[in-house]
Amino acid sequence: MSPFQRYLLTKTGWYLLAFFLAIAANFYLPRLIPGNPVDALVARMAAGGGAEGEALRRIYQHYISEFGLDRPMWEQFLVYLGNLARGDLGTSFSVFPARVSDLILKALPWTIALQLPAILLGWILGNTLGAIAAYRGGWFDRGAFVGSLFISSIPYYCLAIMLLYGLAVALPIFPAGGGYSYGRLPTLSWSFLMDALRHYWLPFLSLVLIFIGGQAVGMRSMAIYELNSDYVNYARSLGVPDRRIISYIFRNAMLPQVTGLALSIGSLVGGALITEIVFGYPGIGTLLFSAIRQNDYPLIQGVTLLIVIGILLANYLVDIAYGLIDPRVRAVQAGER
Amino acid sequence: MDVVAAPQKHTVVRRGPLRLLLSILRLGGIGVNARFWVSIGLLSAILIFGLLGPALLGKRDPLRIVGGLYDPPSSKVWLGTDNFGRDVFTQLMYGTRTSLTIGLIAGAIATGIGVAIGTLAGFRGGMVEEALMGFTNVVITIPSIVILILLSIAVQSRSILAMGLIIGITSWPWTARAVRAQTASLRAREHLDIARLSGAGTLSLILWDIIPYMFSYIFMAFVLQFASGILQEAALSLLGLGPSNTISLGIMLHWSLLWEAVRTGAWWAFFPPTVFLTVIAFALLLLQSSLDEIFNPRLRRK
Repeated sequence: MSPFQRYLLTKTGWYLLAFFLAIAANFYLPRLIPGNPVDALVARMAAGGGAEGEALRRIYQHYISEFGLDRPMWEQFLVYLGNLARGDLGTSFSVFPARVSDLILKALPWTIALQLPAILLGWILGNTLGAIAAYRGGWFDRGAFVGSLFISSIPYYCLAIMLLYGLAVALPIFPAGGGYSYGRLPTLSWSFLMDALRHYWLPFLSLVLIFIGGQAVGMRSMAIYELNSDYVNYARSLGVPDRRIISYIFRNAMLPQVTGLALSIGSLVGGALITEIVFGYPGIGTLLFSAIRQNDYPLIQGVTLLIVIGILLANYLVDIAYGLIDPRVRAVQAGER
Repeated sequence: MDVVAAPQKHTVVRRGPLRLLLSILRLGGIGVNARFWVSIGLLSAILIFGLLGPALLGKRDPLRIVGGLYDPPSSKVWLGTDNFGRDVFTQLMYGTRTSLTIGLIAGAIATGIGVAIGTLAGFRGGMVEEALMGFTNVVITIPSIVILILLSIAVQSRSILAMGLIIGITSWPWTARAVRAQTASLRAREHLDIARLSGAGTLSLILWDIIPYMFSYIFMAFVLQFASGILQEAALSLLGLGPSNTISLGIMLHWSLLWEAVRTGAWWAFFPPTVFLTVIAFALLLLQSSLDEIFNPRLRRK
């Protein structure tokens, strides 16, 4: 077996273990809730007067058999795993006959459309700013550094709240939340897209600013670290032109930043849940928020599972890419050092 | 022994708690680091407000209803009332205290677990290291927000202590990883051989010969964990999974979002907790980055 194959195999093994543990936690923790969640749900439905008698009994039976609550725990877990393997995330409690997977698929495009461009743009602008600050030094560096540090240390939901108040309520430049105007239905028409775009800017801005700050701080300190390193001094003493040295520095400083980009794309589902809540944006965060308020456990579990899958996948791909690029990583993993 | 060690280029500076404090004061004092003093000033102000405020202004119940829905600020209620008609200023004091307490508990637990696992793995090496770090790497990849959400749902009634615990036991892996690397680099130092020869056990070696040498490092890790604990609590509270029967900065934000304080322009309900969370987070990050430069001169620029 080649070192890379062995590396691939151990990594895959560890990630499968992590995935299994995450699924087990996802299955087991909500079942620690005292009492039977189905009883609580049916009691609430009965109290609300929404369903009664025969209908209530049928709903009850549906959930009991879906969760296998009348069977031992390990069997329930197997049922859960089987359902997952078929892509079946169960039935939502709060929006009764709706499938959890359908609800998630409806919300997911909004989250991706909001986050992915924000991550990419923030990454590009932030790294450029950080690199320039590290290289230029002086007042530009100090201003950019303290500014970025401040922006990136603002909790992202605090910035979102301040922007919403400042640019939509105090100065009504942007619409105050939602993914589109009230009363519209999502269609693929030009006027709907323009309307959605108008609602898009504010949440987008709140995310981009945070990303720029975080990336700039990271890139600046990486670049300063590289500026002080031995190979730079050596290259200087050889009389290598500045331009050349800078290209070395930034290529070396980029590696962790690229990793960071991959990881933030992987965590985009769970990365800014509260931004969507603040703006009332119809994505995964808002879905989770209403699921938590209504104790909709299957929906919560579906969302957490989605977050886990995104992050594990991104980490796995980054690890494999590192194994391909960097021979040292392979050697360490294979126990040769 | 000193004679042998003296000509070494990279001499080891022993950093016990007292030395640590001294080096902070000395370097901060001559203006190397204005950021340090700004962060200390901000943090003290917030600490005094959260800890002494309730005592100085008389113990008022933050959950008592004193007015109507979003009453604007007046001479009676300095920062108006929230959606339930409760006094926002009182809530802000108690909320700051709760948030700081949860952050402190979470930070202490996360740092404690992280240091224990990291030093043990780095010091013992071999199988112990592989098992502990394998476990750490598995936990690190499982996103903590997921475990936080699931644990908070499982624990229906959440006290302040429970919140701190939940956050602490989900955020230690980064510290463990970093501490292991530090410990591994200390393992080959000569003073450890001497301690071993004089018959010290693993626990004593770790406590007296490893941890004091990276005290500054551990302290910075704690500052970061403290900050992230406060923010995690706020995030969980915003999602509706905060501590029960009390008030925290995150819970204040949760209610003001749920009752549309932002869109109805009731700035007094959401602005104070937003500013407090921002200032706390900023001050702690500033503290961490300035300590980093104090302890690690290579990061300083001219």
